[in-house]
Amino acid sequence: MDEGGGRAVNDFVDAIGFIFSERDSPAGGTRVGGLGEIWELMWPHLKLSGASLGIACAIAIPLGLWLGHRGRGGFLAINASNVGRAVPSLALIAFFMAYIGVGFTNLTLALVLLALPPVLTNTYTGVRQVDRDAVDSARGMGMTGPQIVRRVELPLALPLIFGGIRTSAVNVVATATIAPLAGVVTLGDPIINVNTYGDEGRLAAAIVVALLAVATEVALGTAQRAVTPRGLKVNRREALT
Amino acid sequence: MSTLLAQVEIRDRTEASCVSDNGFCPDWIVDNLDRYVNPFFQHVLLTVVALAIGFAIAFTLAVIAYRRRWLIGPVTQVTGVLYTVPSIAAFFLLLPITGRGFLTATIALVAYSLLIIFRNVLTGLDNVPGETKDAGRGMGLTPRQLLWRVELPLALPEILAGLRIAATTTVGLATLAFFAGAGGLGERIFDQITFKSNVVVAGGLAVLLAAVLDGLILLFQRAVTPWTRAVGAR
Repeated sequence: MDEGGGRAVNDFVDAIGFIFSERDSPAGGTRVGGLGEIWELMWPHLKLSGASLGIACAIAIPLGLWLGHRGRGGFLAINASNVGRAVPSLALIAFFMAYIGVGFTNLTLALVLLALPPVLTNTYTGVRQVDRDAVDSARGMGMTGPQIVRRVELPLALPLIFGGIRTSAVNVVATATIAPLAGVVTLGDPIINVNTYGDEGRLAAAIVVALLAVATEVALGTAQRAVTPRGLKVNRREALT
Repeated sequence: MSTLLAQVEIRDRTEASCVSDNGFCPDWIVDNLDRYVNPFFQHVLLTVVALAIGFAIAFTLAVIAYRRRWLIGPVTQVTGVLYTVPSIAAFFLLLPITGRGFLTATIALVAYSLLIIFRNVLTGLDNVPGETKDAGRGMGLTPRQLLWRVELPLALPEILAGLRIAATTTVGLATLAFFAGAGGLGERIFDQITFKSNVVVAGGLAVLLAAVLDGLILLFQRAVTPWTRAVGAR
């Protein structure tokens, strides 16, 4: 048991070494490891995640605001997340690879589909749970529909919208790890092509992906608190999506 | 001309040409369904075992934290980190400690489900109306009796809603369990990831499993909480 524990510690020490220092690839031919390479893998990872999340938000937030404002399509907006959750991300990506193709653009589209439902559901729910009295008084003050959306419903729904973005972001960052299957090199490359990077490279990638996901969660959690209107900060319980 | 004749000739053997053209081939699917049986049951086993263990741990933590409120913060933070770490990373982080296989995959899946179940059990208990609890206390129930006979039954809808979310998510994450050497439907998807028929069957089975588990928990909920139906019917 002690020996096993010692070996595990050694594995982690080796993996951390991989993050900071370059070495020959076990498969030969190239050099792997070091902060430079980690960054080279992380940059496309961030680009892919950011692009998918950005597109998903650009579609889901306006759609959710509109549906919520009109009070329509609730069935679609609410069930979007339930259906989205039931489709495994690996199956989604495999489906895109088999039917549409590989590469950055196709994979971005697949991840957009993955990121859409939580943002849509949360935006819709966020708008619907705005106090009807607040909307009525805005209308009584002479605000038009678009003004009500922009100045009343959107600000009051922001915490929930950010909750949705947070769920999607962490999910997308996690799923971008299997992007090398579809021909896009990300931090998942050392995990999927272990022969090139070695066991320590694979463990190093797992460590970096885990840290990246936690950092994303913390950053968006902070942003979520920052956009929460002061009046809503009292006694609010987060909805699960 | 000769290719045309060849095509006519093999029209009866559409399955082979369909497969070589990478089409969607119902015949191939029917002939090869048995390849999916073992991965499917591995998937079911992984999901059910992980859910059962995850539920037992998270439920216990939530019931304890319900009385000892100071535990809520730390438990939420720890399970929150476990929830955030991508399961594919968790598999490889566990590899040096627990090795390849079922155990590693199960630990990662359990870790992921804890936050979902913990939060929902706690929310359910917190939402039990104060008057109901007072009435129970007035009838002379001890705190333990109050918990099991009043608070937990009334919290069931939220508790089971959490279990449903955990179930569908776990089915999805278990498709990655093959990275930890635990097989499952993900292994079938991965083996022929660009073959349309295979992707549809293996992916479809995973979606089906998620839907069936979700439906079963919902049916169970309907059966054990008849009073929620009465409100809806009014």
